Amino acid sequence: MLAPMKYAAPATVEEARALLAADGGARVFAGATDLIPQIRAGRPEPSMMIDLKRIDRLSGIARAGSTWTIGAATPTADIVAHAGFAAEFPGLAEASGLIGSDQIQNRCTWGGNLVNASPAADTPPALIVNDAKAVIASAGGERTVAAAEVATGPGATCLGADEIIVEFTLASPPPRTADAYLRLIPRTEMDIAVVGAAARVTLAPDGAVTAAAVALGAVAPTVVRVPDAEAALIGGPLTDDALEAVAQAASAACRPIDDKRGTVAYRRRVAGVLARRAVAIAADRAAADQRGASS
Amino acid sequence: MTVTESRPESSSEPPAARPRYRFVGTRPVRHDGLDKVTGRARFAADCDLPGQLAGCVVRSPHAHARIISIDTGEAEAMPGVKAVISGGDFPAVAPGDPNYDMGVNLMARDRVLYEGHAVAAVAALTTDQARAAAAAVRVEYEPLPPVLTIDAALDPAVGAIHAHMFTSGADPAPTEPSNVSQLTNFARGDTEAGFAAADVVIEREFTTQPVHQGYIEPHAVTADASQDGKATVWCSSQGHFNVRAQTAAMLGWETARIKVVPAEIGGGFGGKTTIYLEPLAVLLSAKAGRPVKMVMTRSEVFRATGPAPGSKFRVKLGARSDGTLTAGKAQMAYSSGVFPSYAAFLGAWTVFESYDIADFEVEARNVVLNTPRSAAYRAPSAPMSALATETVVDELAQALGIDPIEMRLRNAVSEGAINTLGAPFPRVGFTECLEAIRDHPHYGAPLGPNQGRGVAAGHWFNIGESSSATVNLNEDGTATVVTGSPDIGGSRASMALMAAEELGIDVYDITPVVGDTESVGFTDITEGSRATFATGMAVVEACRRVVADLRGRAAKMMGVDVSEVDWADGSAVHAGGEHDPLPLAAITAEAKKTGGPITVTGSLDAKGVGPSFAVHLCDVEVDPETGVVQVVRYTAAQDAGTAIHPSYVEGQIQGGAAQGIGWALNEEYIYDGDGVMENPGFLDYRVPVASDLPMIDAVIVEVPNPNHPYGVRGVGETSIIPPLAAVANAVAAATGRRIRDLPMSPVRVLDAIVNSGSDSTDSSSSNG
Ligand SMILES: Cc1cc2nc3c(=O)[nH]c(=O)nc-3n(C[C@H](O)[C@H](O)[C@H](O)COP(=O)(O)OP(=O)(O)OC[C@H]3O[C@@H](n4cnc5c(N)ncnc54)[C@H](O)[C@@H]3O)c2cc1C
Repeated sequence: MLAPMKYAAPATVEEARALLAADGGARVFAGATDLIPQIRAGRPEPSMMIDLKRIDRLSGIARAGSTWTIGAATPTADIVAHAGFAAEFPGLAEASGLIGSDQIQNRCTWGGNLVNASPAADTPPALIVNDAKAVIASAGGERTVAAAEVATGPGATCLGADEIIVEFTLASPPPRTADAYLRLIPRTEMDIAVVGAAARVTLAPDGAVTAAAVALGAVAPTVVRVPDAEAALIGGPLTDDALEAVAQAASAACRPIDDKRGTVAYRRRVAGVLARRAVAIAADRAAADQRGASS
Repeated sequence: MTVTESRPESSSEPPAARPRYRFVGTRPVRHDGLDKVTGRARFAADCDLPGQLAGCVVRSPHAHARIISIDTGEAEAMPGVKAVISGGDFPAVAPGDPNYDMGVNLMARDRVLYEGHAVAAVAALTTDQARAAAAAVRVEYEPLPPVLTIDAALDPAVGAIHAHMFTSGADPAPTEPSNVSQLTNFARGDTEAGFAAADVVIEREFTTQPVHQGYIEPHAVTADASQDGKATVWCSSQGHFNVRAQTAAMLGWETARIKVVPAEIGGGFGGKTTIYLEPLAVLLSAKAGRPVKMVMTRSEVFRATGPAPGSKFRVKLGARSDGTLTAGKAQMAYSSGVFPSYAAFLGAWTVFESYDIADFEVEARNVVLNTPRSAAYRAPSAPMSALATETVVDELAQALGIDPIEMRLRNAVSEGAINTLGAPFPRVGFTECLEAIRDHPHYGAPLGPNQGRGVAAGHWFNIGESSSATVNLNEDGTATVVTGSPDIGGSRASMALMAAEELGIDVYDITPVVGDTESVGFTDITEGSRATFATGMAVVEACRRVVADLRGRAAKMMGVDVSEVDWADGSAVHAGGEHDPLPLAAITAEAKKTGGPITVTGSLDAKGVGPSFAVHLCDVEVDPETGVVQVVRYTAAQDAGTAIHPSYVEGQIQGGAAQGIGWALNEEYIYDGDGVMENPGFLDYRVPVASDLPMIDAVIVEVPNPNHPYGVRGVGETSIIPPLAAVANAVAAATGRRIRDLPMSPVRVLDAIVNSGSDSTDSSSSNG
């Protein structure tokens, strides 16, 4: 007979880490919207479930100077509803608001979305184009890694066995900068991305693109950055040719698989379409961005 | 939380000729409504008995394998385990026995025949213990090659799954077994001459994949066989008398030893017209001496209960330049999973049934595969056959430059037309449905960019069968109406409305109840759109005899001859007017003095079914760069005969349309190369969610069925028939591409748009 699963609700990061270090079968959870379905689908039951939501530092949205700090266990519903945050990161808020349904968003978190390391997760591409950093509590203290470095393959991360993501930091974007996130699902909600595309664009007052980032989800084992798309955009105005170059570069950057959710050919083509559309939306938003308009 | 009422009223007004009823045709809140929306209603899995055990099924990981051995020793020794059963605990069944297919499906014997096939079952104190013990049942398999596609099943070189299966209906009778279980042929006239007389002939191929009914409530049962050599079974089903009969047959018990108590049902759509768990639970309970409860997981529902068959057709139709259809030819195959079914017969019957076609030939094969045994799903086989016919008719209309509704009006069957089986149609409302759509504001509404509009029709014959109803008048003048029909779509409210109309008392003074198998007379399954029609007839018959009884009692109370007493508006009325009217409650109050309790049973085998027609109109918008199809507007007209409770007629129309749209766009069983289902859950088996659908505008057409006291035709099934073709025709209009392989998922639609191979002109020919 299996020993019954234990539940712990530590109040500090150190307590949580100590519990994790003491029991190799223990797992942390935030929303548990990945963990519980996985257990029900037959993955091994953890010996202990460690609830991260009772640790004050892991929940909350704060801005100090030009740095935003988001607790790793903050429900994405709070992020979507935070008007100040959503104004600066509309695409990241969009990605956060696409996960599952209202019920799921009241529980689920960036930390869980990133550490679960599904290639199809919605928030990682948007975190990555915004150069988000994850602050990780380790045995020796804390270390900071780029969100892009966290997932190393499907279900695999750079985290050590007793490491926990504590929070995310994001720099407030410069003026005339905005992001966007689009995904392709066969339904309108409650589905999983066949392709996801995030873009962030900064425009000069004359409309030239001065900075750009494009990242794709669900088309490779981990999120794919598309430097060729970024290069095609930077330095010029957002012409149809530039957008077409984005689409081409995005399609070329994919390393998709054939599976029950889509084919290689489909994912490749649609990655280009969504990347182009996401860039166009981000650029429209950047052009409308009033912050620092007088400068 | 606030709940806003946003149901649109039906846009069809009752025809003026229709008799005015006091209750029939009104929309009272259903009697079971409050409990359903507040969560109090008790469904199958809500039944708990003291001391009950939890049951769990051991299922095959292989699509096809010989069972070399089953070792239950380790499982039996595990903590909390009280009983373990496997195939050997059931009565032996031999190939050819009428119980063979169901018996083997219930529990594998020498072979497993699909992934998810039950091989053993365990009962233990807790669910965790039962699951752990199930995992400890050691089954040794020798994998065999699975047959997974219709093409493979039709290939004579592929070995027969069942060595005893020889194609029935084939002439001459085959000498070798095969995976074709049955062949149906229908023919009329001279097809070659019919095609020769056509100005345009179009021939197309279609495929559809198996789809699940997708009921929200998984199969669940609690059985208590711990006393008296009898068993009581609590479960939800579409027919508890059928559950009783099948469970008895599977166990080799007399029917009277089993009592089945119906729970509220969380959806069936045909999928709950058969059994999977009940005999297992009874046997486990009998062995353990305690009640046993079993609840399927969603994955078990997908892997081990019946979907609708997949299909592969070739359909050819010819038409004259005025739109008259001259000839039809259909070659059809349905895959019914691992056992034979009537799918091919129903497909052959329905494929040309809506149109008056002088010359036709239909050949339909039912094939078996190593996939779960198919089950009924709303209008079995007709959605697929209508996809084919309604698409080709649409293409013919396009080729001839005729409006698609006009094309159908020119060929629609009406009273007296001879159907596929050779019988004349009674009065039907196909033309009226076509006119209702043609005259609807939706038909001429402008379309936006990337949008297209499609129309399609559907027909279902509906069935009668046996029903019983008992009407008990209570002392205070209220009435209890007990029927044997599980209520899967609001039928209790309809029974109460018809009883109220007959008795003349308020609909809320009537309590409609679904009785268990010991409390009401035998009643067939709620299937074939028959409950409101046939069980309604039994209710009306019982009520009419109650009224006769009431008139007699009133005559006694008045001291007059019964011939002088009429029944009007819930009271006995003296024709001469010398006595005051006696309301029903005044008569029941005195029942002791006039002959005792007033209780009447109506039992009948209903004749005179009214076939039902529907016409659906669908607008889609297709993203040309991603292939995503969004249904943006949908209108469905259907002949209900008479809508007893219009809200539940609309509900049936909307539900069928929603399910058909899912079938058209995204639903399908996906198997890997070994026959293991890859999408046994609602994440990757995509039924439409609410935000995928527009409000479906239900237009009730009423052409009363002359053979029913209130003119009822069944409405439960026809609504799922047109959507496959309506959506496909709309996608064709939006994209210029005909997609004839379902589902029309984004991948497939984009492929059709990008690779312009499948345009709409291949294999059509002109005889001009
Ligand atoms: C119905 C439904 C719909 C869904 N739809 C979507 C969707 O549209 N898009 C999408 O991307 N996902 C979707 N998901 C998946 C899931 O909701 C998301 O991945 C979610 O962000 C996970 O967050 P969580 O807090 O619930 O993770 P949890 O389940 O709590 O954790 C997931 C994993 O991360 C680990 N973990 C969690 N927090 C931390 C931390 N701070 N430090 C270290 N490790 C941590 C856990 O140990 C676990 O391994 C859906 C899930 C469901 C059930």
